[in-house]
Amino acid sequence: MVDILDLGAVEARAALHAGEISAVELASAYIAAAEETAGLNNYVALTAEHALEMAAISDARLAKGEAGLLEGVPIGVKDLFCTAGYSSTACSNILRGFTPTYESTVTANLWREGGVMLGKLNCDEFAMGSANETSAYGPAINPWQTADGTDLVPGGSSGGSASAVAARSALLATGTDTGGSIRQPAAFCGVVGLKPTYGRCSRWGIIAFASSLDQAGPFSRNVADNALMMQAMSGFDPKDSTSADVPLQDLSAAVMMGVKGMKIGIPSEYVINGMDPEVTTIWQHGQDWLRAAGAELVDISLPHTRYALPAYYIIAPAEASSNLARYDGVRYGKRVEADSLDEMYALTRAEGFGEEVQRRIMIGTYVLSAGYYDAYYLKAQRVRRLIRNDFDTAFETVDAILTPATPSAAFPVGRKVDDPVTNFLNDVFTVPANLAGLPGMAVPAGMNGDGLPLGLQLLARPFDEATLYAAGQVLEDAAGFVANPTRRAGGV
Amino acid sequence: MSVDKTTVTKIARLARIHVSDERRQAIATELNGILSWVDELNEVNTDNVEPLASVTGHSLPMREDVVTDGDRIDDVLANVPETKGGFFVVPKVVE
Repeated sequence: MVDILDLGAVEARAALHAGEISAVELASAYIAAAEETAGLNNYVALTAEHALEMAAISDARLAKGEAGLLEGVPIGVKDLFCTAGYSSTACSNILRGFTPTYESTVTANLWREGGVMLGKLNCDEFAMGSANETSAYGPAINPWQTADGTDLVPGGSSGGSASAVAARSALLATGTDTGGSIRQPAAFCGVVGLKPTYGRCSRWGIIAFASSLDQAGPFSRNVADNALMMQAMSGFDPKDSTSADVPLQDLSAAVMMGVKGMKIGIPSEYVINGMDPEVTTIWQHGQDWLRAAGAELVDISLPHTRYALPAYYIIAPAEASSNLARYDGVRYGKRVEADSLDEMYALTRAEGFGEEVQRRIMIGTYVLSAGYYDAYYLKAQRVRRLIRNDFDTAFETVDAILTPATPSAAFPVGRKVDDPVTNFLNDVFTVPANLAGLPGMAVPAGMNGDGLPLGLQLLARPFDEATLYAAGQVLEDAAGFVANPTRRAGGV
Repeated sequence: MSVDKTTVTKIARLARIHVSDERRQAIATELNGILSWVDELNEVNTDNVEPLASVTGHSLPMREDVVTDGDRIDDVLANVPETKGGFFVVPKVVE
């Protein structure tokens, strides 16, 4: 007997349509799974009753032949998405108790297509972090462990999303990616994560971090499931002025396209100091697999790669300092009482924001302040253009680019790092795609000697997600990766 | 361009974040670490390179200047820490 939790989304959909399982049965299994794996702290709120109500509606729609694309599929939602009537806090104390009266466009799209909301998932506070350790709810834990049983980080910022999908406590999950916050945790937890082209998924109703970089995307346990979820959540939205009115390709067809004749670029600048040798090996395997499937590999150069991280750590904090100005203790969230308005602002923000968020607001405030704006902010934006130009040039000769997703596998929770810059290096391979607005996908590709997953990243031209799904499926088939971590729910 | 305690005080004031006196030196050190790292960007020649603010290349869409939403006082005030008679309440700003 197959564990119901081991069905992928495409498989569960088929089983639901065939009447082999019901949506209520599936939702119940996932609620029990979330309770069983509560120690992973990947949920910050489980909305069990709501999930069962939605699942009952799905069963009725299935019976009437009115099923949506994701009818009856249980989905976890990163706490950065506003969900009407359900607490949405960006895992920050400053938003404790905030219950939106409106629904983000992305989650509304998922529910319209029949998705069932399981609850809200842990993440780094305001999505600022790469290990899910800045969350006001404490760290989420990676379901994968080394042999000695050490707790590992799931990556971040969408750590709860990656952890839940890997642990079988969500079938699918939403994430957001500003500098790698979908792709890096996907790689750490051995699941598939897509950062779509900037503009593909509406940002409306998503708590903002850095608006020119933020993009929502899907997490799943395989490439085909990811395509299905992306199809449901994306789309033009007049409520987001940067939403792109560009038709989505047929992603489910793309999954079966293969890579015959495709040109895949291998950038020399992605060989970096301090990279785990096992990551280099996996990268080589990925190249061999794509070549064996008929792709042509091409050496390319992206000369400004090493400047992507410093440019990002000017642009992202600058935009964050502006976006987070709205948390003033007046309109929503926490307030610390004081005699004067200014003092109320300053005390509320000092108590409400965690250390990393305060640090980034202060960097952002500094680089935007009079006298430094040109030297830092405009300089970073000029470098950003050079990074985009590098990709434009590369995509004149190649259809996709293959890189490692992260420089290492997941690391232990609570690893002491004195220098904030060391933490930033987690995002070295993922940040360029955000600066350039490109779509990128992380696919699990194998395991290191400690039995931890390692991922590969594929990048493509803007609005060409189809190529990522085609190449991603080839990698998945060749890798034969089995997503079966130690601390998962169910299992036979 | 080195950040000292006085600069931290100024930034904290601009950012409306209370920073205790004993934390200011530590924050100055952290910010200097990050800023000296981002100084790598000065190696890049960006003469005649236009800043890239938006990757979409689209100009912002325009619409008719008409009311499309409104009459939602309850929604707007639903999460307000303190409210009175349909208004936000803040500490007194005018004597």
